[in-house]
Amino acid sequence: MAGGRTTPPAVIWVPAVFVGAALLLPLVYLIVRTFDAGGDVWDLLFRQKVAAILGRTILLVITVTAGSIVLALPLAWLTTRTDLPFRRAWIVLSALPLVIPSYVAGFIVIAALGPRGMLQQSLDGPFGIDRLPDIHGFAGAMLTLTFLSFPYVFLTVRAALLRIDPAMEESSRGLGHGSWTTFFFVTLPLLRPGIAAGGLLVALYTLSDFGAVSLLRYETFTWAIFVQYESALDRTLGAGLSLSLVVLALAIVGLEVFSRGRARYYSSSSSVSRPPARVRLGRWRWPALAFCAAIVAVSLAAPMSILGYWVARGISAGEPFNLVWEAVGNSVYIAALAAAAAVIAALPVAALSVRYPGVLSGPLERLSYVGFALPGIAIALALVFFGARYAPPLYQTTGLLLLAYVVLFISPALGAVRTSFLQISPRIEEAARSLGNSPLRAFASVTLPVARPGIFAGWALVFLLVMKELPATLILSPIGFNTLATSIWSAASEAFFARAALPALLLIAASAIPLTFLMLRERR
Amino acid sequence: MPTISPKRFAIWGLVASLLIAMLLSACGGSDGDSRSLTVYSGRSETLVGPLMQQFEDATGIDVSVKYAGTPQLAATLLEEGDNTPADVFFAQDPGGLSAVADLFAPLPESTLKMVPQWAVSPTGVWVGVSGRARTVVYNTERLTPEDLPEDLTGFTDPKWRGLIGWAPTNSSFQTMVTAMRAVWGETETLQWLKDIQANDPKVYPNNTSIVSAAAVGEINVGLVNHYYLHRFLAEEGDSFGARNYHPSAGGPGAIVMVSGVGILSESDNTENAKRFVDFLLSEEAQQYFVDETFEYPLAAGIPVAAGVTPLSDLNNPDLSSADLADLEGTQKLLREAGVIP
Repeated sequence: MAGGRTTPPAVIWVPAVFVGAALLLPLVYLIVRTFDAGGDVWDLLFRQKVAAILGRTILLVITVTAGSIVLALPLAWLTTRTDLPFRRAWIVLSALPLVIPSYVAGFIVIAALGPRGMLQQSLDGPFGIDRLPDIHGFAGAMLTLTFLSFPYVFLTVRAALLRIDPAMEESSRGLGHGSWTTFFFVTLPLLRPGIAAGGLLVALYTLSDFGAVSLLRYETFTWAIFVQYESALDRTLGAGLSLSLVVLALAIVGLEVFSRGRARYYSSSSSVSRPPARVRLGRWRWPALAFCAAIVAVSLAAPMSILGYWVARGISAGEPFNLVWEAVGNSVYIAALAAAAAVIAALPVAALSVRYPGVLSGPLERLSYVGFALPGIAIALALVFFGARYAPPLYQTTGLLLLAYVVLFISPALGAVRTSFLQISPRIEEAARSLGNSPLRAFASVTLPVARPGIFAGWALVFLLVMKELPATLILSPIGFNTLATSIWSAASEAFFARAALPALLLIAASAIPLTFLMLRERR
Repeated sequence: MPTISPKRFAIWGLVASLLIAMLLSACGGSDGDSRSLTVYSGRSETLVGPLMQQFEDATGIDVSVKYAGTPQLAATLLEEGDNTPADVFFAQDPGGLSAVADLFAPLPESTLKMVPQWAVSPTGVWVGVSGRARTVVYNTERLTPEDLPEDLTGFTDPKWRGLIGWAPTNSSFQTMVTAMRAVWGETETLQWLKDIQANDPKVYPNNTSIVSAAAVGEINVGLVNHYYLHRFLAEEGDSFGARNYHPSAGGPGAIVMVSGVGILSESDNTENAKRFVDFLLSEEAQQYFVDETFEYPLAAGIPVAAGVTPLSDLNNPDLSSADLADLEGTQKLLREAGVIP
C-alpha cells in the first residue's frame, strides 16, 4: 500500500496506543487469574469434555456465519442498488433484530417452536400434529443466532456498497459484461472486506453468546465459561477457559485478515458522490419483496408479536406494570454515549491499520476483537479487578462502564470504519497534505467526511449492542442505574414473562428511533 | 462534498472530553454517610425492590442497591476485596454466601437467634432470611403424585429415561447434591449422578425453564425449587400444567435452603447494615416473603402462603448450614460424573 512506507504521525499512534492499553486489561486479568492458581488448571482444560465442546462451538460458528451471509447479502444489495419498494423501511427493519437480546430470543423460540409451543398448538387442532422436530440443540441454536446476527453482515456490506465507486461497475458493463457477470466479478470481490468484517462479527458474536445457547441447550465454550462463573468459586477455571476462547477468537480473526489479502479496494478518482444507477427489478420486484418480508417476519415481526401477546396476557391477568421510562432514558443515553466513544476509539486504530500497517497496527487490530469474543462477565470482572483496586474514584461510575463498552464493542465500530477507510484512496489525503495540511487536518477535512457512512454504520452497530448488553451493565453500572436490559433480566430471571415482555418491546422501539433517523439521513 | 474543518473537529473533541470529565466527576461515590447503605442484591429488583422501599420509609436510611445474579455479585465481591463499596450482600442461596464468607463480619448474637440454628452460617457471619425447598415439578396431564417415587433415587429407574429435566449448573441444584453427599456419602451420590446421566436427562439453564418445560410436557418431571411454580400459577392461572411434588420419604431431594444476608467487614455503615438485617427478619419483611415470593418465613412464626406445603410436612433431612457449605467438593464430583464441564 502506498502509505505503508512512512511511520505514523503521533496524532495517530499515541491515541492508538492508549486504546491498545485499555484493550489489554481483560487479557492481563485473565492471565493473572489463570496462573495464580498453579498447575491443575491445565488438567481441567485439557479434557475430553472440553475438546467436545470446542468442536460443537466451531460447528456453530461456521454455520451461523455462512447463514448470516446468505441472508444479508441479497438484502443489502436489494436495499442499496435496486428500485425495491419501501427501501428505507426494509433497511431499518433488517438492522433491528440485532437489538433483540439473545436470552429474550431464546425464550421466544422455545415458546413458539418448542414442544407444545404455539406452532404445535396451532397445528394440533386442524391437523392433529402433536409432535414437531425438537427445536433444542444445534438446529435451534443455529437458526436463532443466524436470525439475530445477520444484521452485522447487512450493515457492513451496505456501508461497503454505498462506498463502491460506480465507475468500476460501469466500466465492466461498458466492456460488454452483463449485470450478473459484473456483480460476481466486480461488485462481489469489491465487497469482500465488508462481507469479511461482518462475517467476523457474526463469528465472534456466536462465540460469545450465552443466552440463546443456554436456553436452547447447545453447549458451547461460552456456556462452559458461564458455568464456572455461575458457581462463583471457580474464577480460575473460568479465566483459563476464557483465555482458550481468546486463542480461538484470534484464529478466526487471523482467517479474516488472511482473506483480505493484498487487494486494493479504492479507485483512483476522489469522488463517490455520484450514486450508481439503480437496477430496475421489474417483475422480480415481487419475489424480492417476498424475500425481505419473510426475513423481517421471522426475525422481527414474530418475536415482537409474541412479546406483545405476553404483555396483553399480563394486562388481562392484572399484572402490575411499572412504567420504565427512566430505564428507556438510561438505555438510550448510555448506548449513544458508548457508541460515540467506541467510534472515536476506533478511528486512530482504523487509520493506523489502513494507512500505516506495521508492527503496531497488526497486533492492535487483533486485540480489538478479543473483547467482542469474550463473554461480558469476563470483561466486567477484569474491570472490577482493575477499577476497584487501582481507580476507586472511577469504580462503578459511568466512565468505567463506558470503558467496558469500548473494550467489548470497539471491533464492530472498527470493522465498519476500517472498511470505509479502505475505500478511500490514500492519494486524496496525500494531495491534501501536499497542499500544506497537517496529517490531522488532512484526515479531518478529507477522509472523515468521505468515510461518513462507515462511521455511522459503526455507531449504529455499537448503539444497538450496548442497548442489550447485560453482564457488564449489571456489574459495572453506577448503583441504581437501571436500563431496559437490566429490567428485562430482573423480570425474566424470576419468571415474570409479562413484566419482562414490556421492557423488551420498549428496547426494540427505543432502538428503532435513532436507527431510523440515521438511516433516513443518508442521502442514498 | 461536505467537509469538517479542523477547527470544528478540535472544538468538538474539546466538548466531548469536557462532557466525559463532567460525567466522571458527577458520578463520584459517597461513603461513610450515616444515612446511607449500599446493598449488593443477588435477588432481583422485581422481588425485593418493594422491601427496600419499605426499609427506607421506616428508617429514613437511603438505600442504594446493585442488582445482579448471586454468583456474579459474589465474584465481584471477591475481585473487589477490601475496596468494595458494598455494606451488605443479600444472596439468593447459601452457595453465594459461603463463597464470600471470609469477607463478612460476625453478626450480633441477637440477630442470629431470630432464626433456627440450621439457617445460620457455621461461623455466624451470615443469616438466612427466607427458606426455599427443593422439590419435584411434574406434568399433571401425564402423571399423578402416586406415579412418583418416594425419594430421588427412584428416578434412576430406566422408565424415566429422557423424561427428567435438571439444571446441574444451578447453584440450588448443586446445594442439593451437597446435601446428598452429607446424607448418602460420596460414592452413592456419584453413583446417583451417573445413573441419572444414563437416563439421558434434559439439561436446562435454570429452574424457570424447567418448570415451563414440565408444564408443556417437554419433560415429565424436573428437579427444582418450590416457589417458581407459584409464580407461574399467579401469572397463568390454575390451568398451568404442572405442580410440585415433595418426595414422601424426604431425603436430600426435600432439603430447605436459605436466601440470606451478611455484612461486609469493610463496611463503613455497620449500624445501618445491622438495622437492615434485622428488618429483613421483622414480621413485616417475613410476611412479604410469604405473600410475594411464596418462600418459607424463618422468623416471627408466620404461616406459609396458601398452596405452599408447610415446612413441617416436608420431611426434610436434619442438616446444618455447615453440612451444605462444601460447594467446591460438589463441583468436583459433578465434574467427575461428567455432569458439568
